[in-house]
Amino acid sequence: MINIQNLHKTFGDNEILKGIDLQIKKGETTIVIGPSGSGKTTLLRCINLLEVPNKGTISIVDNKLVFEEDKIPSEKEILTLRRNTGMVFQGFHLFPHKTVVENIMEGLTTVLKQSKKVARDKALKLLDKVGLLEKSNSYPHELSGGQQQRVAIARAMAIEPLVLLFDEPTSALDPELEQEVFKVMKELSNDGMTMVVVTHNMRFARKVADNIIFVDNGVIEYKGTPDQLFNNTTNARIKQFLNLVSD
Amino acid sequence: MNLDADTLRILGIVKDSFFPMLIAGLKFTIPVAVVSFILGSILAMVTALARLSKYKTLRLISSFYVWIIRGTPLLVQLFIIFFGLPVAGITIGALTAAIIGFSLNVGAYNSEVIRAAILSIPKGQWEAASSIGMTHTQSLLRIILPQAARVSVPPLSNSFISLVKDTSLAAAITLTEMFQVAQQITASTYEPLVLYCEVAFIYLIFCTILTIFQQRIEKKLERYVAR
Repeated sequence: MINIQNLHKTFGDNEILKGIDLQIKKGETTIVIGPSGSGKTTLLRCINLLEVPNKGTISIVDNKLVFEEDKIPSEKEILTLRRNTGMVFQGFHLFPHKTVVENIMEGLTTVLKQSKKVARDKALKLLDKVGLLEKSNSYPHELSGGQQQRVAIARAMAIEPLVLLFDEPTSALDPELEQEVFKVMKELSNDGMTMVVVTHNMRFARKVADNIIFVDNGVIEYKGTPDQLFNNTTNARIKQFLNLVSD
Repeated sequence: MNLDADTLRILGIVKDSFFPMLIAGLKFTIPVAVVSFILGSILAMVTALARLSKYKTLRLISSFYVWIIRGTPLLVQLFIIFFGLPVAGITIGALTAAIIGFSLNVGAYNSEVIRAAILSIPKGQWEAASSIGMTHTQSLLRIILPQAARVSVPPLSNSFISLVKDTSLAAAITLTEMFQVAQQITASTYEPLVLYCEVAFIYLIFCTILTIFQQRIEKKLERYVAR
């Protein structure tokens, strides 16, 4: 469903992605791990074009964009591809001036031009799904971090993306709040949502991943099932990383 | 209580001058300030967006405008518009000249306030708006500007209160606003200390009322902010 070929991204003189090739099938949960600065977040941000790659190809279903030096796609092309994706950020980034339900409705009314009533009904359903129906009229600052992140997941799902991207969704959370977010994510994964998740939490990765990719120094060093990665890898670099992150 | 003749005379002047001044204030000072502030704020918004634009020409034009207005005295600008332009064949009435001058001034100063407010909104808000598929314009109108508005209330109120007082400069281009009336009455009564203190007091009342309004607006916009 998602096909990424030879993706390069450079910031100034610093080449972050050095030719990424990645295929993701519908319904799969792909966990992206790797050391800090390896390019995992940049990879995720390139998939929904918050960062525009310098070179390579990204296609999601039948939307395909080719990137070359000196050729930046138009805002329209970027939006068309991006609207197939939903993004959950490490820092939540809820809209502070809108209530919880308005945060979720925003994409439906402004982007998909749905009526307020239709949007509200759908938003309330999604809130129920993430277990926060009773908070619908609260403002984001009145919620805990875990609750805010669950709202952010509902907001990302509202526009019915084909793939949900998670950028270290629990790194800003305490362990117990982390679990409530993982629980929602696990349910989504079980429901057959296609997901790409950058995380440092190996327990979650082991439990939920269909595939794990290990990104190091701008390339995909390894791709396989959790079992292959955790139990049978012979790659010294990965072994060293896993030792560091496992408790 | 026994008051001597001089005190009675001064009280009489205060009593006779208070309403003419207040009326001039309500008829000119406040309307000129309000109209100039509205026009100026629209200009300020356009200028701020132009300065943040990706088009170099827009950035240059808007920076040039802010540079000229901020770099020259308001009184001199008013003189150029009212006394200078007629020489070039453009004659403008005192009221219109004042409104043009004040609007241009508000536009330049407030454009910086609005620009700073827009820049103060975290990048994550832009990204979150983009991530749900919003265009740049939608993100700006629906997500960024409402938050920037809250940030800019205190500095914009500041600028409005300054403007109310700056309208006294229009006295110098023959507009019979509040300060001009005070000057006229002073000329016939020879009591500058009394009358200028009196007009200062009326300005103070106006600005106090505005400050109360500002606090109300801030309170209203504060409901979604964590404390």
